[in-house]
Amino acid sequence: MRKKKITYSLNYRKPKVLYNTNDELTVCLRYYTKCKKSNRSKVIKKSTGIKCKLKDWDPDWHKNPNRQPIKASDIHHKKKNKSLVDLAESFLDDYLIISNPIVYSEIDSKVPSEVKLADKWTYHKNNIRLVSPANKRLIDVIVVGTGLAGGSAAATLAELGYNVKAFCFQDSPRRAHSIAAQGGINAAKNYQGDGDSVHRLFYDTVKGGDYRSREANVYRLAEVSANIIDQCVAQGVPFARDYGGLLDNRSFGGVLVSRTFYAKGQTGQQLLLGAYSAMNRQIGRGKIKMYSRHEMLDLVKVGGKARGIITRNLVTGEIERHSAHAVVIASGGYGNLFYLSTNAMGSNVTAAWKIHKKGAYFANPCFTQIHPTCIPVSGDHQSKLTLMSESLRNDGRIWVPKNKEDAEAIREGRLKPTDLAEEDRDYYLERRYPAFGNLVPRDVASRAAKERCDEGFGVNKTGEAVFLDFAAAIERYGKEKAHVKGLDENDNALVKKLGKQVIKAKYGNLFQMYEKIVDQNPYETPMMIYPAVHYTMGGVWVDYNLMTTVPGCFAIGEANFSDHGANRLGASALMQGLADGYFVLPYTIGDYLADDIQTGAISTDSPEFEQAESNVRVQINAFINNKGTKTVDYFHRKLGKIIWNKCGMSRNKKGLEEAIAEVKALREEFYKDVFVPGTAVSFNEPLAKALRVADFLELGELFAKDALERTESCGGHFREESQTPEGEALRDDKNFTFVSAWEYKGEPSRAKLHKETLKYENIELKTRSYK
Amino acid sequence: MGVVLSSTILRKVAMALSGLFLMFFLLQHFAINITSVFSETVFNQFSHFMGTNALVQFVLQPILIFGVIFHFIMGFVLDIRNRRARGTRYAVYKGSSNASWVSRNMIISGGTILAFLVLHFYDFWVPEMKYKYIEVLPENPDRYYEELVHKFENLTRVVLYVISFLFLALHLSHGFSSAFQSIGFNNKYTTVIKSISKVYAIGIPLGFAFIAIFHHLTH
Amino acid sequence: MKLTLKIWRQENATAKGSMQTYSLKGVSPDMSFLEMMDVLNEQLMEQGIDPVAFDHDCREGICGSCSMFINGEAHGPDRLVTTCQLHMRKFKDGDTIHIEPFRAKPFPVIKDLVVDRTAFDRIQHAGGFISVNTSGNTQDANAIPIEKADADKAFDAATCIGCGACVATCKNASAMLFVSAKVSQYALLPQGKVEATDRVLNMVNQMDEEGFGNCTNTGACEVECPKGISLENIARMNKEFLLASYKV
Repeated sequence: MRKKKITYSLNYRKPKVLYNTNDELTVCLRYYTKCKKSNRSKVIKKSTGIKCKLKDWDPDWHKNPNRQPIKASDIHHKKKNKSLVDLAESFLDDYLIISNPIVYSEIDSKVPSEVKLADKWTYHKNNIRLVSPANKRLIDVIVVGTGLAGGSAAATLAELGYNVKAFCFQDSPRRAHSIAAQGGINAAKNYQGDGDSVHRLFYDTVKGGDYRSREANVYRLAEVSANIIDQCVAQGVPFARDYGGLLDNRSFGGVLVSRTFYAKGQTGQQLLLGAYSAMNRQIGRGKIKMYSRHEMLDLVKVGGKARGIITRNLVTGEIERHSAHAVVIASGGYGNLFYLSTNAMGSNVTAAWKIHKKGAYFANPCFTQIHPTCIPVSGDHQSKLTLMSESLRNDGRIWVPKNKEDAEAIREGRLKPTDLAEEDRDYYLERRYPAFGNLVPRDVASRAAKERCDEGFGVNKTGEAVFLDFAAAIERYGKEKAHVKGLDENDNALVKKLGKQVIKAKYGNLFQMYEKIVDQNPYETPMMIYPAVHYTMGGVWVDYNLMTTVPGCFAIGEANFSDHGANRLGASALMQGLADGYFVLPYTIGDYLADDIQTGAISTDSPEFEQAESNVRVQINAFINNKGTKTVDYFHRKLGKIIWNKCGMSRNKKGLEEAIAEVKALREEFYKDVFVPGTAVSFNEPLAKALRVADFLELGELFAKDALERTESCGGHFREESQTPEGEALRDDKNFTFVSAWEYKGEPSRAKLHKETLKYENIELKTRSYK
Repeated sequence: MGVVLSSTILRKVAMALSGLFLMFFLLQHFAINITSVFSETVFNQFSHFMGTNALVQFVLQPILIFGVIFHFIMGFVLDIRNRRARGTRYAVYKGSSNASWVSRNMIISGGTILAFLVLHFYDFWVPEMKYKYIEVLPENPDRYYEELVHKFENLTRVVLYVISFLFLALHLSHGFSSAFQSIGFNNKYTTVIKSISKVYAIGIPLGFAFIAIFHHLTH
Repeated sequence: MKLTLKIWRQENATAKGSMQTYSLKGVSPDMSFLEMMDVLNEQLMEQGIDPVAFDHDCREGICGSCSMFINGEAHGPDRLVTTCQLHMRKFKDGDTIHIEPFRAKPFPVIKDLVVDRTAFDRIQHAGGFISVNTSGNTQDANAIPIEKADADKAFDAATCIGCGACVATCKNASAMLFVSAKVSQYALLPQGKVEATDRVLNMVNQMDEEGFGNCTNTGACEVECPKGISLENIARMNKEFLLASYKV
């Protein structure tokens, strides 16, 4: 593995002291290379032909965030610095990895800077361009994905009058994986009067995201959150209510207020069905044309703008061309990169990756959320992991045995967890984080579980599980209930019975789900849980308008990177999906489409469509004719293992470098040896899977590369090299307060880094502490 | 009629209403017949009234016959449509695991009752019609009890009747509460309906069977 | 575990299908039913046989994709589960398992065990919604208190996952449980009452047009429903429909 640094320097031809500040010198690029024969490093210096006066040269350029060596005092500094970046980039082909100092350019998030944070969104809405109702009828919009973001966007755009074409790979839009979200949706309603506010939700989200999210976007999210609840209730979403008939709330990890609205453990389902019903209304009116069982396989750009997509009909295998004036990607996250995740089997990165290959930057790919409470892996046959809602941590206490011998005895089945005395248990979250206890954010809880299991305290056969215990909650609720009913609070059996009733009312469906899968009764014995991949904060880079770097191509929901920084708080994914789809995109897309009112229908007969379709056909035929020896799942599983082991809950330089090489090698093997049965023109699930895994195999490499470049620890991204003596994540705000946005350059390894510096004007960057 | 036939729900409601009507008739029929066990005179009085009252004969009787025919035709229509809605049949279908035999085989119990009705009409209704409207014989208010007793002298007939009453019980045991469900009645009183349903479905056929056996044994 | 599997194989919508027998070894009781099918498919591909196509996605019992008729029952012998939540511990070593697609005229087979359930979507297009635009100006969510009992009932009806087990299991292939769940959810909430008349008429008409059978109140749907949707909803829909028919 070669790893190269490129640095800038001045070409001194005589000792430095002999120069005066007005002398002009040539800037050169320096890099090291290893001589193959002698295996020794040597420095290569290459002149750039760009000259700079000594007084304009910034010798500390590598310390400043822009990494521009020529100071503003040179009137041509912009032009010169840009030329330097371009020249440095021209070397990229020879290098696998460009490490610090990184060569990159700043990208503009287009956040309105004229007004203060709280007024930005209103100001922006008042100043962006609109499309008149008569003209909306002339404009087509494609929406890929029908989850919370895609479904709500499609419905709202159609309501506004655009002609919407919506696509999903499932047999019905109602089956998008948003449906599986359990816990709830946050909103700054302050119905509980516990001091919640838009600002507090904004603050919690930025803090929870470990200060790696864009302030203005998060504030906007918090601002519209209350509208989401109003909208959903108006649509008939049956949120939980209290006996007064008003909406109920519960509390989630990482916050100190109760702002989470919920519908038992099926909040995602209810919200998605709400969005689906809004879509149905528009489908019925003919304003949405629904294409289910269709997979997007490429983006078509005409004249530099996104003008359509190529899809495959999953039933007939037909390749179709669809044109529109704008394309919205709402295809969700890429957690299935890990093979085992809580994502649905079909969840994939293909749509997002295809637009990345067509020019959309991919931001922070390494920011992945590992959810602490999932049902542990039971064996090699495992095809997916099941989440147990975070809401369980409201009442469940997490522990492992204090002594290794006890842990071993439990693993071997010699000791029952219920028989272990209270003093022999280690409630490690309560011990380490007394303020938040079991309700620390997800990344913290996950790492703590891994730490205990790595130390040998794991409690299931594989040694990768910890207990989530409800005994204390059952007793507490039982006593409360007995007291209310005027019964004997000391009657253990009665208290247990009453307590179980309360727990059942709160989490009944989750307990039932656990019992079905694990075959143990969680009312009697503690649940076993272990972290699993759940959500990807990273995604397609978008500006304040949610537009990617491809004009006319938008990304919303989990598919974009925008709001959660390096870690997402519980119950915020639903909030973001619906905020983007109902309340943000429908406004901001108009600003772009205002230019298209006279364009007229886009033809699908252009050479661009021709080319894109033929590329897709070539790829499909290559798979069908490959006749290799290994199934698609074989490669997917192998990829998952590499990523989980080397880019999982904790990452280090060596592992990441290995991962890059291994993923690349696996990708080559995949193209050589994959076996795809059947034909291209039929229902062929292995073929659909092969097309998805092909993209995961590219993303995997970029993922590891991004993790390698970010040498700090933040949120879900934990670099072993960057931790406090107590083992907590250690951020490096000086060097990494930015979004890494990668531009595709023909191969993942050559991706070019752009950065969006994150400016915190309203929040002070602090070390996250939940102690 | 056309409207009713066009909607699955209205078809079912029609089925339920005709069923409820027939159940009411059955109750009335039973109430009169059971008197034959206690008193010949009372039975003859009731029968004479029913047989000669113009309202009963020329308004209620046609309605009843229409109800019976409607209920049967509709039952068959539903069954044919329902079979068609499945399309290809299952290789293995374990209906018993989720629904009672009775509820799944109303067409069988109903068909048996239809066959019984043919016999029953042949036994009582046809001779009655012949007596009154074809041969136009003079009315004898005391003839009904005799005719009843006479019919049940034959053991085969009694056995056939009892078997039919068994199927009637099965049919009613689903039909009674089902009718309420079809017309949209399913609430906190449903348990009460279900209990009444049980009493009715067992009680009425048992009573009819008792009448048949009683007369067979006592004469 | 060793199993004999008898599975419906059908090349495409127009082909004639038949039951095929496969034997499978090395099945672990901890596997889910679909993981068992994965193992079978890997084995079939090794033997050069086209893998069995089946619908599946979330594999945690909520998306409603999976749709197998196992040993004569929708979603198999366990209760309140979907096929993906059914585990092999419910079967014994040496068992023969029959696997068929969900069958109904309005659910044509696409391939093997995959059926087309878009009829359900079309019923929803006809009226499965409350007509409210996204404006951000709807009244405050707490403006109309809703009695907890009604809210809970509406929620219970709303948990339907649209899998089609009710249709598959009903001897009449009736879709009443599915349609009534949606009608009930809205009928129970004040927000939904405004359009209740049109909704129930339109949805039931669409259901009839799709060619589903008549409900005969056997109650099989309620038993096989993975979410335990109650028959009470069907009665409620009947009532709503009757009142609506009367009004129009």
